[in-house]
Amino acid sequence: MKRAGFTTRWLPILLLLPQLVIIAVFFYWPAAHAVQSSFYLEDPFGFGSSFVGFDNYTHLAQSSEYARIAKFTLLFTILVTFFSLALALVLAVKADNVIRGAKTYRTLLMWVYAVAPPVAGFIGLLMLNQTWGPLAELAKSVGWDFKLGVNFADTAAAMVLVSVWKQVPVNFIFFLSGLQSIPKSVREAALIDAKSSFRRFWDVTFPLLAPTGFFLLVINITYALFDTFGVVDVLVKGEPGNNPMTLVYKVYVDGFRGNDIGGSSAQSVILMVLVLALTIFQFRLIERRIHYT
Amino acid sequence: MAQVSLNKIRKVYPNGFEAVKPISFDITDGEFVVLVGPSGCGKSTLLRMVAGLEDISEGALSIGDRNVNHVDPADRDIAMVFQNYALYPHMTVRKNIGYGLKNRKIAAHDIEAKVQAAAKMLNLTDYLDRKPSQLSGGQRQRVAMGRAVVRDPALFLFDEPLSNLDAKLRHQMRIEIKALQRRLGVTSIYVTHDQVEAMTMADRIIVLNNGQIEQIGTPAEIYHRPASTFVASFMGAPPMNLIAAQGHDGRIMVGDMALASNNIIGPVTMGIRPEDVEIGPDCEIPFTVDIVEELGAHRLLHGQVDGQDFTIHVAKDVALSAGPIRMTIKPEAMILFDAQTGLAL
Repeated sequence: MKRAGFTTRWLPILLLLPQLVIIAVFFYWPAAHAVQSSFYLEDPFGFGSSFVGFDNYTHLAQSSEYARIAKFTLLFTILVTFFSLALALVLAVKADNVIRGAKTYRTLLMWVYAVAPPVAGFIGLLMLNQTWGPLAELAKSVGWDFKLGVNFADTAAAMVLVSVWKQVPVNFIFFLSGLQSIPKSVREAALIDAKSSFRRFWDVTFPLLAPTGFFLLVINITYALFDTFGVVDVLVKGEPGNNPMTLVYKVYVDGFRGNDIGGSSAQSVILMVLVLALTIFQFRLIERRIHYT
Repeated sequence: MAQVSLNKIRKVYPNGFEAVKPISFDITDGEFVVLVGPSGCGKSTLLRMVAGLEDISEGALSIGDRNVNHVDPADRDIAMVFQNYALYPHMTVRKNIGYGLKNRKIAAHDIEAKVQAAAKMLNLTDYLDRKPSQLSGGQRQRVAMGRAVVRDPALFLFDEPLSNLDAKLRHQMRIEIKALQRRLGVTSIYVTHDQVEAMTMADRIIVLNNGQIEQIGTPAEIYHRPASTFVASFMGAPPMNLIAAQGHDGRIMVGDMALASNNIIGPVTMGIRPEDVEIGPDCEIPFTVDIVEELGAHRLLHGQVDGQDFTIHVAKDVALSAGPIRMTIKPEAMILFDAQTGLAL
């Protein structure tokens, strides 16, 4: 392939500069700052800070509250990822089979994608309000005394529900395009080879969707860990005390509510390492192994 | 193995487009039938209806003695070879070939034996553990064949299986497919737009145009006695010469030359194959050579008769250059078509 070159050396640098500045100012600098802060104990009222080494980290490691929230975050991530992927896959397979009015169905299914996480959380709040929310009413009618913001498990269920609802459209779009990129003739060959649509799906369609699936898996884990902040914030706002929260939300609560900048930074650093590990996992394992064509 | 019978099969799409007008024909047991026609003539649609990949709008289809209009593709006892091979990219060659058997509840060791036998027949034994992406085009084509052969179906369906191969490989596979079909004796329907494939492989050719049958016949019949000007110009390379003529006083006139005797009155189209012409100084028809096309084994003279385009096939030792010569037409090789309908008279 022919590569286009620049005549001067400074022009490409100049063209890249805005992006580099944005990355430096909004990503590297705060990240570096977080790493630095995580080794200090900051005065809550801003009167200086003292170096404490790994104290913030050892505190976290010994904190039963942190362990509890980490466990909840793990469960939350597994549930959100599983249900968003499974529901989206079912919807995509069904939408892919629709012939008449396919575009309308697809647009309707993608619609939720445009809803911002805090708005999604707020809609959840309205739908699940324990005195007049229609979904809470529904739960009550089947004998589930749903108490959002009061009962831990109920609030957790609401968080999972809203997070899944918000994420399904993204997965749906990817799964649908993944399905449509499977050659028609391959599916037709399967139609001749296997009578059962269940077998055709698991033997042919599903393996060919695997690259899409693994990509979405990583995207969804990241989503459940980080991007659900808005949903969590709206659903537990005011009384985070006894309510479920995720690790990212705890960073916010400790740092901005509790003014424990050092401890909060240490938590951020732990999350950064987690993201790094996930990214390496995605690039190394998945991009290399799941490749057919 | 089975005979296949199509009775007034018709395909109308929901938008009202009639892709296949009611078509009827029977295929006898073990016969190799080629459906040939230009793009959009309905040949692939017809094949896909036989396979069960398209619904049959009207008419009855039977394979063996069984009506299969509403039978699932997997239950029609057919095997199909697709144009782009349609191999399962995530399965090895072994699994690709065996997949149809596995779904028919055949014991694993029987599948392995059948796959081995098919692979041996198609020279694929060394490639059984490879994925399709690690194979060449010709090898993929063989795997697609293997997948069909291993099932031992009542009917093979081929949908332009050779059009993704280069010319040399296509020639080789053409012979292999034909030989394989002969050996297995499986009734086959083969769709192509390539008239050479149709001529060389078919026991019987069905020429389709605009969703209708133009002609059914053996390759020789189709070539020498085309039923319409469409067939005459579609089959054969170069195609049959078609020139406008007038029937009058018991003779067929082109310009002021009488080329044949016949009692037809009025305008007709005269068809002559390029090789059914002789040239020589004593011949009666003047012919102007515009271009001499050198093909090695023979030569084609492109020129004009009475101002109409005409091509003559001559042997490789006939040395000629552009300019006027004289020719004569073998009278028994001439075919007359109705000038309006294009049908043979």
